[in-house]
Amino acid sequence: MRALRWHGKHDIRCDDHLPDPTIEDGRDAIIKVSSCAICGSDLHLYDGFMPGMQHGDIMGHEFMGEVMEVGKDNNKLKVGDRVVVPFTIVCGECEQCRRGNFSVCERSNRNKDVADKVFGHATAGLFGYTHLTGGYPGGQAEYVRVPYADVGPVVIPDGLSDEQVLFLGDILPTGWQAAAQCDIQPTDTVAVWGAGPVGQFAIRSAIMMGAEQVVCIDNVPERLSMARAGGAITINFDEESVIERLAELTRGKGPEKCIDSVGMEAHAARSIDSMYDRAKQALMLETDRPHVLREMIYVCRPAGILSIPGVYGGLIDKVPFGAAMNKGLTFRMGQTHVNRWTDDLLRRIQEGQIDPSFVITHTVSLEQGPEMYKTFRDKHDGCIKVVLKP
Amino acid sequence: MSIPRQVTRPNHSARTLARGLGWLSLGLGVVQLLAPRQVTRFIGMPGSETMVRACGLREIATGVGILLSDDPRPWIYGRIGGDALDLAGLGWSIERGDQPAGAALAAGAVAGLTALDVSCARGLDAERVPSIEWDYSDRSGFPEPPTAMRGKAEAELTSARAEPNGFPPVLH
Repeated sequence: MRALRWHGKHDIRCDDHLPDPTIEDGRDAIIKVSSCAICGSDLHLYDGFMPGMQHGDIMGHEFMGEVMEVGKDNNKLKVGDRVVVPFTIVCGECEQCRRGNFSVCERSNRNKDVADKVFGHATAGLFGYTHLTGGYPGGQAEYVRVPYADVGPVVIPDGLSDEQVLFLGDILPTGWQAAAQCDIQPTDTVAVWGAGPVGQFAIRSAIMMGAEQVVCIDNVPERLSMARAGGAITINFDEESVIERLAELTRGKGPEKCIDSVGMEAHAARSIDSMYDRAKQALMLETDRPHVLREMIYVCRPAGILSIPGVYGGLIDKVPFGAAMNKGLTFRMGQTHVNRWTDDLLRRIQEGQIDPSFVITHTVSLEQGPEMYKTFRDKHDGCIKVVLKP
Repeated sequence: MSIPRQVTRPNHSARTLARGLGWLSLGLGVVQLLAPRQVTRFIGMPGSETMVRACGLREIATGVGILLSDDPRPWIYGRIGGDALDLAGLGWSIERGDQPAGAALAAGAVAGLTALDVSCARGLDAERVPSIEWDYSDRSGFPEPPTAMRGKAEAELTSARAEPNGFPPVLH
């Protein structure tokens, strides 16, 4: 089969003649991928910011397709089913899964020992991510083996296109969970940093959850235009002060709820703290650039909530925790518990409340994947979301 | 749909090269500042230690400027200016110094770096070339205007579901 594989920093290749995956466990399924996508989180691997990648790892954690083969113990799926596969691999039986905390499944990370050492306790296995999360081959491929396939995959009913449902596996529930974690009240201002795909879904989720106003902060014009289309007021941080504009929009009180859809690779390079982060990162004294986190703590209204769907990988520095503590802020974060939300979101897609395909700007073949990583990373050609067709 | 409008995009390759040149500047500057005698001996200009130290300070300043600035372009042009001065000095040393071979070797290295500096400056200049800006104002994803979609989701129920233990225990 063909697949996009990681060969080092900024080196993703479409490799051919790779062995097809096979059933390894009775609960497995083999999926023939019909559509997959490049996620902002994949860029952290592409840019070499996530530890634990190995030469030849198959990329991709947003994918869907047709079930080709099912293990003997899998009573949920049958050959021919069309499924979206969540990026988190979940056993459905451990204590965390039973509580709905799927992204911290206690059993699916097959490199638990290493993850225990790094994070204190292992989190769930993820497709196409680092070996800290199990090192499972990803979905930017023709075929994928899906472990615990009797739990995670979402069977898609007829009548919905790949483009409508593909994002159920990651970015739609990620944006939705980010907003849901904010406990949005009808009088709330929700500020969303980052107008990438997750930010776009967070904006629409916050609108649907009834926020009085949603404000989006970014500096890429086409992303800001898409954010406005979804109902957000936009702030271009290259052109105006985020702090002053947010104060103006909230009568000086600050937004009650703040969402960080940016994570570890903040690009607000003109600020002093960003220069500091870049210098420390270059000296390998800090792994992530937490500019957004600092700004959110500063602007958030006391007793507000910070929701963090943006990925952080390691160590951050100079975070004003005194301000956070004294303002009584609540932090809510984590990889998305995808299966918590999929039934509800699939219903909303079926009812036509939201069509997630609006975010797709590029659809290309798998062979064009490597060059699209660069286009997506550089935000060239109006690129917001890339869908690959193996 | 798209509308042509002047926008600028970062050239990541040029910026990566600029960072590399910034670190190189810092390294060279530190060497020139701390070991000027060895440098002057190598290029055959004994007695010019003060000038070498000044060059070291210049290198450190441009290195810091490149690494800490959002727009490294002027600092890269500063490096090109510095390269020209270095080449002039080394040319003098090749002609009149007592170590023409060392000076020629250094001049070759500086010429190579100048080529990199020019390439980097060109890449950063290219950031200013207008590119097409895309307008996605027709992509709401909603069937109705956003104002009509406000509150469509049951916020209390959704928030309750986001609680750490807010999901029903029965999965299947």
